[in-house]
Amino acid sequence: MIKLKKDDFKIMLNHATAELPNEACGLIAGVKNSSDKVIKKVYLLTNTDHSNEHFSLDPREQLAAVKDMRANSLVPLGNWHSHPETPSRPSDEDKRLAYDKTASYMILSLMDRNNPVLNSFHIEGDAAEKEELVIE
Amino acid sequence: MRILVAGETKEVKEGLTVAELLINEQVETPEYVTVTVNDDFIDPANFEKTELKENDSIEFLYFMGGGRYVVY
Repeated sequence: MIKLKKDDFKIMLNHATAELPNEACGLIAGVKNSSDKVIKKVYLLTNTDHSNEHFSLDPREQLAAVKDMRANSLVPLGNWHSHPETPSRPSDEDKRLAYDKTASYMILSLMDRNNPVLNSFHIEGDAAEKEELVIE
Repeated sequence: MRILVAGETKEVKEGLTVAELLINEQVETPEYVTVTVNDDFIDPANFEKTELKENDSIEFLYFMGGGRYVVY
């Protein structure tokens, strides 16, 4: 199970909406035990591709985020990005670039602007499995 | 000598290069890893000739990206 605070969901959603029509992206960090992950902080990073079809995290911002996590005793839990026009499912490109099988890959779909959908996935190779996501 | 790798102190041989460190640390996909030494981004073309020094702080940043879901 992966838990996300409602306020952090709003932060993510606001950023993704502000970045339209392009994809937005960032990192998630928090704490984890054997089976659960609790997100304590959502990082908003620049999509250096500035594209509605692709995203790449800015490495300088990534470095700053990693240091912030360490300073706050948080562990990296994965990343998130938005799909402005498509469902909340990993694309082939998302799977191809998902190198870390311990990470959670969160995808926020804004396909229906009035009903944003956030899902979290565990990705290994071509297989993407939806994780139980609790927003509270 | 001692260096910091992702915030952890490691004892390594003098003159260890970034390329050798990637092997030591068993980085599985080095082609997708950006390396910083004391916050300087190292050009991958220089991994083999960049020697680390005592107290250097190294970070491995895994490329993170993706693309749109194609609806057929």
